[in-house]
Amino acid sequence: MNKRVLTIFVVSGAALAVLPLLKLPAFYESFLYLVFHWVVLATSWNILSGYSGYFSFGHGAFFGLGMYTTAVLAGKFNWPFLYTLPMAALVPALFGVGLGAVVFRLRRLRGELFGLLTLAVTFVIATIILNTPIDGGPGVYLSAVPIPAIGPSPSATFYLLALAMMMLVLWVAYYIYNARLGSGLFAIHDDEDVAEVQGVPTYRFKLQALAISSAFAGVAGGVHALFVSYVTAGEVFNIVVPLYVVLMSVLGGSRHWLGPAVGATAITALSYAFTAGDSAVVGRAAIGLILIVVILFMPDGILGQLIKRFKSRRALPPLPTPVAPAVISAQGSSGEVLLTIDNVSKSFSGVKALQNVSMEARRGEILGLVGPNGSGKSTMVNVISGLYKPEAGRILFQGEDLVPLPSYRAAHAGIARTYQIPRPFASLSVLENTTLAGMFGGTQLSRADAAAQAMYWLEFVGLADRARALPTELNLHQRKFLELSRALASSPRLVLLDEVLAGLTPSEINNAVTLVREIRRRGSTIIFIEHNMRAVLELCDRLIVLNHGQVIASGMPREVMNDPAVVSAYLGTPHG
Amino acid sequence: MQFPSLELLGQSLLSGLFIGGLYGLLGLGLSLSWGMLRQINLAHFALSFLGAYLTYQLSSSFGVDPLITLVIVAPGFFVFGMAMHWVFARFKVTPFNSLLVTFGLTVIIESFIQWVWTADYRKLESHYADIKFKVGAMYIPLPELLTLLISVGLALVTWAVLRYTPIGKAMRAMAENPKMAAAFGVNEPMLALLLSGAASAFAGVAGACLALSFTLAPSQIYAWIGVVFSAVMIGGLGNPIGPLVAGIVIGMSEAATMAVTAPAWAPLVSFTLLIAVLILRPGKI
Repeated sequence: MNKRVLTIFVVSGAALAVLPLLKLPAFYESFLYLVFHWVVLATSWNILSGYSGYFSFGHGAFFGLGMYTTAVLAGKFNWPFLYTLPMAALVPALFGVGLGAVVFRLRRLRGELFGLLTLAVTFVIATIILNTPIDGGPGVYLSAVPIPAIGPSPSATFYLLALAMMMLVLWVAYYIYNARLGSGLFAIHDDEDVAEVQGVPTYRFKLQALAISSAFAGVAGGVHALFVSYVTAGEVFNIVVPLYVVLMSVLGGSRHWLGPAVGATAITALSYAFTAGDSAVVGRAAIGLILIVVILFMPDGILGQLIKRFKSRRALPPLPTPVAPAVISAQGSSGEVLLTIDNVSKSFSGVKALQNVSMEARRGEILGLVGPNGSGKSTMVNVISGLYKPEAGRILFQGEDLVPLPSYRAAHAGIARTYQIPRPFASLSVLENTTLAGMFGGTQLSRADAAAQAMYWLEFVGLADRARALPTELNLHQRKFLELSRALASSPRLVLLDEVLAGLTPSEINNAVTLVREIRRRGSTIIFIEHNMRAVLELCDRLIVLNHGQVIASGMPREVMNDPAVVSAYLGTPHG
Repeated sequence: MQFPSLELLGQSLLSGLFIGGLYGLLGLGLSLSWGMLRQINLAHFALSFLGAYLTYQLSSSFGVDPLITLVIVAPGFFVFGMAMHWVFARFKVTPFNSLLVTFGLTVIIESFIQWVWTADYRKLESHYADIKFKVGAMYIPLPELLTLLISVGLALVTWAVLRYTPIGKAMRAMAENPKMAAAFGVNEPMLALLLSGAASAFAGVAGACLALSFTLAPSQIYAWIGVVFSAVMIGGLGNPIGPLVAGIVIGMSEAATMAVTAPAWAPLVSFTLLIAVLILRPGKI
């Protein structure tokens, strides 16, 4: 934990907490209550949506569930107000987990479709609440509910409650931002499939983020129910809450934990400034215009823009010192079976990419996997690494069948891969990309250890001087080597290299061949997919040839290449 | 739950059919720009209401026939749609950001409407409103019938243009793969501008129909979003006929729900349908 940040938190929280002692007019406390209220809502939204990229328009549903939980428990069942607040957090959190358990399993429900789904859920909940005894139509009054005497006056009480919520949610947002959960969510934001294959338990992380996000929205709703003292479905479940939290986060900067707070403060103050005069309509239009301008000209938000400025002026923090990882533990002896592919089949809408393929990889070898284009080599890599699940067959890695397990477990077991077309996390630097692989792969390193080892691997592949660059600033050759450093950063037992040499110049290929040998020397087993036959013959101990999704030959490289079936697969059958 | 008389149920289903036509009409432009230009135009609803208010104003101030106002409104909106797309193309706005930008636009248009016409309810008094046919035991109001006919006509014409004309084929190629289409000589930027203009002009047409049958208020803009999005997604993005069919199905199921239970349950139908489609429909939408 960063001591400086902790001090700032404690000092600013304490300073704000003594404000009611100044006996300011109640108006100031109520205004600040609204600012804090929106900071809580926007920050809680950002924990799921800003970090992971799952933009939700359903924040109003969680907020509204919290509001109605408190309203019903306090207003109809006469619970003391403060006792309703844990329930106001719990009900939306449970609902969020239930929703996520269905939705987060579906690959296609990302991006705008997730947003629409969450919006639709909001209106379904609103309709149910409106038409059942929870509300029944006339709304729920809380005017008879006693306001706890936390502060010297009711307005001070609300102010202090909102302040406590805000400090807590900011702390949680800051904590997650720096924790494994945050790193995993940012990886999901950029490329969820790659994140899962690298060992990020994406499903669990998304559920956790959604539960935390909806719990805070619910508490904010619970407090707000008493603040407005009259709750109606029409006021609670409209489109204002979900759209304002998006607006605030995007305006402030949704990639930073503090961004939504900046945006929420700006928008709340701005709307107040306009509504105070006679120009409420102009104010609304101005907010709309600001949203457009920010998205077109400042995609990183206010805070993102400021940080960029600030960074370019200040000296950069030093890069971590490289630390060589331990040599990969050799459980078992060289030559024994590490991976068994047993009768695996995979098809894509009728096209059989793999048909009952069986093969094995032995510890310590470089196994070449070759075949004409479309023969199923990349599908094989995708199936072993967990990106695709096969329809039939088993994949035994060190005796454990990976097929029924979640995809991220392949990485935890010690499998790493590269992508034929590099797929780095676009908004993370070269160093962060490599660090992430060490944090979530088989070794499960802490961030600091992973960063130190990542520097070692960047030096190993020759990218150390580009550590701070973004992947878009690299050329193809460098991006291929970034793939390699990512695959190695988890000290994998098995590395799947999918056409790492394609597109490289002859001298770059020589360089890469040396690296591949070095990877094996460090204790990794390698499955090597390649079209470059010179490199294949030079490197591979054994060769397996795929054609039309079936194994047509296997054995020593030179023998296999002279096999008539292989020759005809590549060149066709000679007319006789 | 009590079952209504057969006449009442029939009349409800008929009104469901008519409102379904309007869902389809509102969904047509939305579906085209979402499916073919990858822009989720939330402002489509605000534009439709702006069109409705313009129709209302031209008709009540100058006595122009509500449908004739389209001669002015539709070309104006066409230009607006082209301008909007020009901005989107210039800044390379992603589909998600297009949702945010057009939300900003929605708020601006809503504020403009409120500034000019206030937040009070407005109702267009036209000569169409008084005409009703009686077929059997059922009443058929002319404004609603006109809306349905316009909706069906526009959907069919759009479908035919996309399917059979060279420009329509080029547009479909562009929707499939803009870069590839451009490589084959399709003037992609120009077609995209035209398509966006057409989608906006359709919003103007929908607006005139809104003004014929509905009471207008700026806050009503948001009331249509959920159900029309459902119609578009169920009907298929970029498909001109789908939203109309889906809209009619939704409209009639809503009407049946309202007749059998309470009117307040109606939103459940479209949103449950939308959720079901999102979760259960295999493959890409």
